[in-house]
Amino acid sequence: MRRTSPWATGVLMAMTLAALLVPALASDGARDIGDVLASRLVPPFSRDGRGVWHLLGTDAFGRDLLVRVWTGARISLGVGVTGSALSGVLGIVLGAIAGWRGGLADRAIVALGDALLAIPRLVLLLVIASLWGPGLGVVITVLGLTGWMSVMRLVRADVQGVRGLAYVEGAHALGVPTWRVLRRHVLPNAMSGALVAITLGVGNAIVLESGLSFLGLGIQPPASSWGNMIAGGREWLLVAPWIALVPGVLLVITVVACTVVGEALGDDRAKDTPR
Amino acid sequence: MHRLLSRVLDALLLLWLVTTITFALIHLAPGDPATLLISPTASADEAARQRTALGLDAPLPMQYARWIGDVLRGELGVSLVRAEPVTRVIAEALPVSLFLGGVSLLASFVIGTLLGMLQALRVSRRADRAITAITTAIYAAPSFWLALAMVTLFTSGVVWLGLPASMRLPAFGMQDPAADPSAIGWVDRWRHAVLPLLVLSLPGAAGVSRFARRSLRDAANAPHVQAAYARGLTRGAVERAHVLRNALTPLVVLFGLTLPGVIAGSVFVEQVFAWPGLGRTMLSAIAARDYPVVLGLTLVYAGAVVTANALADVILLRLDPRRRTS
Repeated sequence: MRRTSPWATGVLMAMTLAALLVPALASDGARDIGDVLASRLVPPFSRDGRGVWHLLGTDAFGRDLLVRVWTGARISLGVGVTGSALSGVLGIVLGAIAGWRGGLADRAIVALGDALLAIPRLVLLLVIASLWGPGLGVVITVLGLTGWMSVMRLVRADVQGVRGLAYVEGAHALGVPTWRVLRRHVLPNAMSGALVAITLGVGNAIVLESGLSFLGLGIQPPASSWGNMIAGGREWLLVAPWIALVPGVLLVITVVACTVVGEALGDDRAKDTPR
Repeated sequence: MHRLLSRVLDALLLLWLVTTITFALIHLAPGDPATLLISPTASADEAARQRTALGLDAPLPMQYARWIGDVLRGELGVSLVRAEPVTRVIAEALPVSLFLGGVSLLASFVIGTLLGMLQALRVSRRADRAITAITTAIYAAPSFWLALAMVTLFTSGVVWLGLPASMRLPAFGMQDPAADPSAIGWVDRWRHAVLPLLVLSLPGAAGVSRFARRSLRDAANAPHVQAAYARGLTRGAVERAHVLRNALTPLVVLFGLTLPGVIAGSVFVEQVFAWPGLGRTMLSAIAARDYPVVLGLTLVYAGAVVTANALADVILLRLDPRRRTS
């Protein structure tokens, strides 16, 4: 983490802060519906019938979009981070097993990974989310179960690379238990690659969550996520396009920031690894 | 030859695994599929009869064997909602997706490669960074949101910006619903196709340009390129013979890997623009719990991915002599 992009890290931190603070400090909640006729479909940067000023405007029920967008950010960012972290942990564990044990376990894990990669991830998500029913838990689990393959491949290759090195054999010879050799001497070598994949995975997971929610298979209203907010704004597109467009702008900024941070981490790693 | 054979065997094994995973998913899901398929108002006798007719009374291994057997014979079962063979449902939707995917794939690669070449070899550092910022943002945007943004821009946006009314584009469907179906001209069809194709091509071209730029940069910095300049070759000659040739190999592989996206990539675009392709078929099958269609489509998608991967490997083998020996 020496040469990451400062502005991208800053954007992500600012977003997290806003997601935590804005809904907490707002005078009315993201779900409260007040005087609908006086306050609905107010364009950004204008006042509603009661004279209340809305930075990002209001939706069809007169709910302030600024508050809703940052309430939705809690779910979208949260699902992205936990979903990617879950797939990261799964990938590290499976990659360590495959790379360390080799043999049948290795071939089984690699084959399962290849098979899951052969089904487009969106299709896999759609099938699972529709069979198990929509909801927060299902979305996170499904993101975790369908995203571990790239991390697994990286960790597996790194573990295979150091498995036969002298210091690992040395640790063995000293009688260090296997799990400890793995944890202290092998896995730290694989972590930088996994971290890059997990960081890039956060943006990916956020986009997939928003896609599922857009199709009605993810986060269900009245809970707001960026995906279902975009879906909700779709029918007002010609009258009040800001309802659908504002959450998407935040989504794009978040994903770009995740990509930039991930790629900076990756460049960092490429410099560290001698070729 | 030996390599090719083992590659084909790998692909077949993979397809079998995918088939098994999809079958397992459907049967691991909470609830008996029969409860989804048999009308809740059916009498007990009727329900039992339908259960037998649908083959759902057999033990799971039997059902699995039957499903594998059907797949091997190229049969994907019968759609529960439309009472038609799944193969026909897929065959009807396939041309729509192939059109959307094919045209946009071609556009993505032509525009993306040219843009990448421009960025890596011609423009200033500042212009390069500006273009990269734009392509990164477009690449990051979810396609359904991009679709809504484009619809806004080319409907009400045209009015707000005071552009000529001819720039307003139809936002939904494949043709003008009010027009006489026999008299719909090509102009109307293409006007309906512009927005879906744009939304599919923009992120595609952005992704390809990012990839091409990087690959060209790496190729241009290689020592043998410096050596070629040192020998006094002109810039054009060096770029043609030493940079482009090396940089385009990974692009060919990327093309192979993107091919399956031709049919899977347009799920959201078909949904937003109401084009009856494979993606929309998948979504409506999922909504209606038409699981033979869901299974069949998943297999088609996976088959496309596996074939494209194998194809990319073979092409790479031909293009890059170093890989033949390893």
